Amino acid sequence: MKSGSRLERTFAEGKFAVTAEIFPPRTPSVRLLHKRAEQVRDYLTAANLTDNQSATVRIASMAASRIVLDAGVEPVMQITCRDRNRMAIQADVIGAAALGIKNILCVTGDHQKFGDHPAARNVYDLDSMNLIQMLKTMRDDGRFHNGDAIRNRSASPVVPPEIFIGAAANPFGSPRHFRPYRLAKKIAAGADFVQTQPVYDLVVFREWLQKAGDLGLIEKVHIMAGITPVKSVDALCYMRDHVPGMHIPEATIRRMTGAADPEREGFEMALEMICAVKDLCGVRGIHLMAIGWEKVVPLLIEAANIVPEPVAVHRGDRPDAEIAGKD
Amino acid sequence: MIVGKQKPIEEILEKTASFGSILVVGCGGCVTVCHAGGEKEVGILAEQLELRAMALHRPLTVIPGMAERQCDTEFIEQLRDDMDRVEAVLTIGCGAGAQTLASVFPQKPVIPGLNTRFIGAQVEHMNWAERCIGCGDCVIGDFGGLCPVARCSKHLLNGPCGGSNNGHCEMDPELDCIWDLIIRKLEASGQLDRLLEVTPARNWQTSRAGGVRRQKHEDSAL
Ligand code: SF4
Ligand code: SF4
Repeated sequence: MKSGSRLERTFAEGKFAVTAEIFPPRTPSVRLLHKRAEQVRDYLTAANLTDNQSATVRIASMAASRIVLDAGVEPVMQITCRDRNRMAIQADVIGAAALGIKNILCVTGDHQKFGDHPAARNVYDLDSMNLIQMLKTMRDDGRFHNGDAIRNRSASPVVPPEIFIGAAANPFGSPRHFRPYRLAKKIAAGADFVQTQPVYDLVVFREWLQKAGDLGLIEKVHIMAGITPVKSVDALCYMRDHVPGMHIPEATIRRMTGAADPEREGFEMALEMICAVKDLCGVRGIHLMAIGWEKVVPLLIEAANIVPEPVAVHRGDRPDAEIAGKD
Repeated sequence: MIVGKQKPIEEILEKTASFGSILVVGCGGCVTVCHAGGEKEVGILAEQLELRAMALHRPLTVIPGMAERQCDTEFIEQLRDDMDRVEAVLTIGCGAGAQTLASVFPQKPVIPGLNTRFIGAQVEHMNWAERCIGCGDCVIGDFGGLCPVARCSKHLLNGPCGGSNNGHCEMDPELDCIWDLIIRKLEASGQLDRLLEVTPARNWQTSRAGGVRRQKHEDSAL
């Protein structure tokens, strides 16, 4: 086991994993996060805590991760390359490991132009590929990015962070034929699992998976298909026109436009998509991103009959050297 | 070359309003080429200052001036006589030129009349685009001669990001996604395998991140 996280164990046992995004609030409210955690606790393998999602300031992913962990939900802490350099990120990784956070998802991050602080200066010291590589080096070699061992003094033991490393993938981005190779690079860099952009176009998604299979990738990484339920045609059009990297076919828009009860239709469409992707060869789980419609998450999971089997959540207290005072 | 753009005239007028005599200095280098800070622009700007002063019934002496290269003290020295006759200098050279003026004439207030924008190339007539951010360790040889450091909005070394959209950057539908261009270029030259390896994180010490950069020619006696 690389991390022993519930997510990793789920894959290791050959079970189907279900994750969903929890969007940290903008206010310092533990109560709100507890409430969200409670809604999904019995339905998820783990929950992603986004990192200033859509380039908008929110409770830090690390803090939110620990708060939901305390509420019994295993966190996937997200890290973007936009706001922090390699020093800050490594400090966060060590800090997260100390807090018992075992899954980290590495993403490039939306440009601040799309968020609430367009006047900010971005960082992008690393790209998502470099970030994955750095985390793998920290975990597998017990070394920081500069090559130094992760320990306090030269004689003290090396204590690598035990983390399960995630990456994002966009099968629908262009140039499309390069996308499977980009997945290959992320795996070579060290990704253990991958969460995709929301799937609305099954044909393109299948082609991407097929190519990933041909390249021998689906044995090397756990792919989770992204699903975003929406309750109005406006939401679909907004995503199509304003969310970078989103691909929504005309047929989807048409179906929603013609719906008598768009909320019902949105639910059905998401459900159909889950059922369609969950049995595809290479799909090991579902990742739900129900922006603005969080309460649909448990309903969808139940309807799709993919409620994860209960696994005891391990509180992250580390039984290792620093606690025993060895370093 | 360095691409610059003249500041909004209102800003220039406001910053120069308190002076009774001004030397307006252009530069014969890059900013002449991009039609922002050459002799012609000096003439127009000087006239604008005079017209505004007349409209406000304020006495103002404006002297137009040029330096062959404003970033070179040798050429700046040639402005000394004119400089003695004015209270302040308004420059439409780049930031390096403006600061050379400031250091050669420590007593004179220097007002920048130009925003220095980027190192760029003329991509079509009268249209320039950023091509380099002077990172100090050129890597474009690995990317088909195209620069992801300067031309990818996120400096990705392993692009494209998820937002690349049919050849355009997610930042702006008018902007090329440089990663799309890199992939196509390497494909066309049969070198796509170069992109299948992960490019490791950069050492940014040679860039601005490493502090203020200087360069001395080894044979400075030349
Ligand atoms: S790699 Fe560096 S030096 Fe070369 S073009 Fe790009 S920014 Fe300029
Ligand atoms: S769309 Fe292309 S150029 Fe723009 S940030 Fe993404 S990879 Fe870079």
